[in-house]
Amino acid sequence: MKPTTSKLLITKGRLIDAGGERSADVRIANGVVVEVGVGLLSGDGEQVVDAAGMVVCPGFVDLHVHLREPGREEAETIETGSRGAALGGFTAIVAMPNTDPTQDSVGVVEFVRQQGERAGLCEVLPSGSITIGRRGETLTPFAELAAAGVRLFTDDGNGVQDPQLMRRAYEYASDLGITMAQHCEVERLTEGAVMHEGSCCSHLGLPGWPSLAEELMVHRDIELVRLTGAPAHFLHLSTAGSVELVRKAKADGLAVTAEATPHHISLTDELLTSYSALYKVTPPLRTMDDIIAIREGLRDGTIDAIATDHAPHVSESKELPLDQAPPGMLGLETALGVSIAHLDMPLVDIVAALSWKPAEIAGVADRHGRPIEVGEPANLTVFDPAEQWEVVPGQLASKSRNTPFVGVPLTGRVKHTVFNGEVVVLDGVAQK
Amino acid sequence: MSRSLLSISDLGETGLRRLLSIADHMAEVNRRPNPKVPALRGKTVCNLFFEDSTRTRLSFETAAKRLSADTMNFAVSQSSLNKGESLRDTVETIAAMGVDAFVIRHGSSGAPWQLGAWTNASVINAGDGWHAHPTQALLDMYTVRTTLNRLEGFDGLSVAMVGDIKHSRVARSTTEAFKMLGADVTWVAPRTLLPPSHREHVVSNLDEVLDDIDIVYLLRMQKERMNEALVPNLREYTTRFGLTPERAARLGDHVLVMHPGPMNRGVEMAVDPSELRGSVINQQVTNGINVRMAVLFDLLGSGSENSLAGSAEV
Repeated sequence: MKPTTSKLLITKGRLIDAGGERSADVRIANGVVVEVGVGLLSGDGEQVVDAAGMVVCPGFVDLHVHLREPGREEAETIETGSRGAALGGFTAIVAMPNTDPTQDSVGVVEFVRQQGERAGLCEVLPSGSITIGRRGETLTPFAELAAAGVRLFTDDGNGVQDPQLMRRAYEYASDLGITMAQHCEVERLTEGAVMHEGSCCSHLGLPGWPSLAEELMVHRDIELVRLTGAPAHFLHLSTAGSVELVRKAKADGLAVTAEATPHHISLTDELLTSYSALYKVTPPLRTMDDIIAIREGLRDGTIDAIATDHAPHVSESKELPLDQAPPGMLGLETALGVSIAHLDMPLVDIVAALSWKPAEIAGVADRHGRPIEVGEPANLTVFDPAEQWEVVPGQLASKSRNTPFVGVPLTGRVKHTVFNGEVVVLDGVAQK
Repeated sequence: MSRSLLSISDLGETGLRRLLSIADHMAEVNRRPNPKVPALRGKTVCNLFFEDSTRTRLSFETAAKRLSADTMNFAVSQSSLNKGESLRDTVETIAAMGVDAFVIRHGSSGAPWQLGAWTNASVINAGDGWHAHPTQALLDMYTVRTTLNRLEGFDGLSVAMVGDIKHSRVARSTTEAFKMLGADVTWVAPRTLLPPSHREHVVSNLDEVLDDIDIVYLLRMQKERMNEALVPNLREYTTRFGLTPERAARLGDHVLVMHPGPMNRGVEMAVDPSELRGSVINQQVTNGINVRMAVLFDLLGSGSENSLAGSAEV
């Protein structure tokens, strides 16, 4: 993608990157950082963005986004999803492969990437499925897709149930420089399930999704990593037990990484007492004990990244009875606000979990999550870390409205997003 | 928004006692030669049944007619839901015809709550998924109250609720109502048929509690549960949890036997219920009309019992 030729000066910001914190102005030209220093003067034709009181950091990277295109463009398109991402401060997003057709061939993957380039709001990184059609039967041609730039492979929406097939996937992937990203769910334990299995589901008369269904597969895949040496990334961890399993695997030196969603650090299963399908998600909202464990996992680095699992659905589908409504929640535009409001950890660590750590996992650490230094690609986010706000569904850039965060106080709001040197969000407004 | 009857917990103890006492008036109406009063003349009640239930639907329809309400019946098989119309569109369309109350039966837990968000009419939950069946609980309470003449409450009564608790809306609502009125309820079931996190007031041996109870409440054992490996087979279920002739003989004279119907003869009910001294199963059905009239009257009526005087034209 060609970087923009426009020039930009971001003044008086509090810079946060992997190197730490400092106050400085940042000059950008031709898509790269050309000057960092205090008291820089603006040049001719240079756009000036005042970042006083704000954090300037490397752009966020979301490892887990459902863009719905191709196949369900009524819920989201790559353009509308990219716009939401930019508004949320993301400069790169990983597109999940559960599209129609599935992202299991170079043609589909290239289409997704090109639609992202056409929108031009952030870098859209297509993932590939582990199995053809996500049917859990035949491996996707990993090497072909890897040659087309795909780094993460997942059947997200489903876990790969067959342990033999999954063993082969890890083995075959082990020398291709790619990562298997597992949606951990043993489906025989979750048939018909709509919410966390616990006292709340008993009372509501709703079929439960036991923590065990996730933990069994986390355990299986940790052992497969031990056996094969291939890396694994765990998607959307939701239980205290899963966090503990990953913590031990990391202590054993295994090549595992993990993500958690904003909703799994903030919302509990008790919200289902409303019987609103807005709170139906996979894996389900769990208990406060689980939330505390996930937060602790983020704090001690067991969980590497915050990823949204942004999952748009049209309103009609969320008005179905709970057992028939599809699971999923919007997340791109609220991720930062939820994270700062619900994580008691240093801001630099929150930014790390949103930026350079996921950039590493996504295989884009050469251009996202970079230190803010001369010569680096200008993918930056500017946010107010203290702004208190509430989300208004009708004002979201997403085509869908299924945010679970209405009425939830959020802290921290993205003001400007710079993608490839271009200001794509200015004062909280998408510029295209 | 209009008042609704969604669950026993929403109703609360005061509401529960109020409805039981209104049901006394309805029982009096039903004893008349012409058991029909004009109390709800001009009101329209729509039965929205998304799940087969001839018994409950007939009970509600009879109750509405005895109060002179007009009734509409909407059964899913005749409906446009099969043509892709959403629940919301269906409800809004029917509501636009002028409906004062929806009686809804739905296979999905929580559907009546969703419906309540889309209509200003009263919503009466006639059973949702595994979750709640408040009018069943009311008729059960009314049956115990009248049979044992316990108008003040059920303090000291001991109830064994036996069978598939996990999948039963009846078990949830009726247990809640019994406890609200002061009874002790023990759930008798194998772990596979209990809600996942429930551990208190639970035994897995019916014989252990048989000598100490005042009421044995048998739940319907659905045959499809066999396919889910919840119990090995029906014979074993009956051996452990069925009311067999041997167990029936051990029951004290004062013990009531209840069942929400329809019964699986030879499974949970392994004796002829007509030979059981304490069976009140037929009274439960009769009282279903009384309590459903009470609910409709409470939600849609003038609030004055004077409107129960006099009779409507037949």
